[in-house]
Amino acid sequence: MKIADVVGTVVSPICHPFFEEKRLLICDLVDPDGGGDGYMIAVDVVGAGVGERVLICDEGTSARQIFGISTGPIRSVIIGIIDEIA
Amino acid sequence: MLLGRVIGTVVATMKSDGLDGVKFLVVQPLDKHQNDQGQPVVAADAVAMAGPGELVYYVASREAAEAMVERFVPVDHAIVGLVEQVALAEDPR
Repeated sequence: MKIADVVGTVVSPICHPFFEEKRLLICDLVDPDGGGDGYMIAVDVVGAGVGERVLICDEGTSARQIFGISTGPIRSVIIGIIDEIA
Repeated sequence: MLLGRVIGTVVATMKSDGLDGVKFLVVQPLDKHQNDQGQPVVAADAVAMAGPGELVYYVASREAAEAMVERFVPVDHAIVGLVEQVALAEDPR
């Protein structure tokens, strides 16, 4: 799993059927010290918003399990909002 | 998933089984500010509506094949949505 900061949203009315009604967020990847670079677009299932630090599961089978499906083009899912990294 | 810009089309008459009717597009990967990042890739168009110039998001690896109608196909990048708007917060860094 990866740590990331939510920095933006993506609006996409025309998409693969799986992504209909899904919330897409742009997340900056960070290391535990707050550095890091790169980003990914992830589907939100926990109600995360811009400015929050989140936990991203970046694995296809786990992602599909979250949505209770056996097939679907999904890999990156926001599965938690981080309160604190000690 | 990452943002990309469609910069061209690829025509291939001879294709692997299961890829008939699949449209291939050249996609330039972008960073979150929509600046070019890295080498272009060829992606299958899983929404069948993307075209040159369009801002899209795409999936890579196994999930790309999952996006296709026929799932066991040799596809490693697939466009899964057209982007209407990207809203970025002020960059804290």
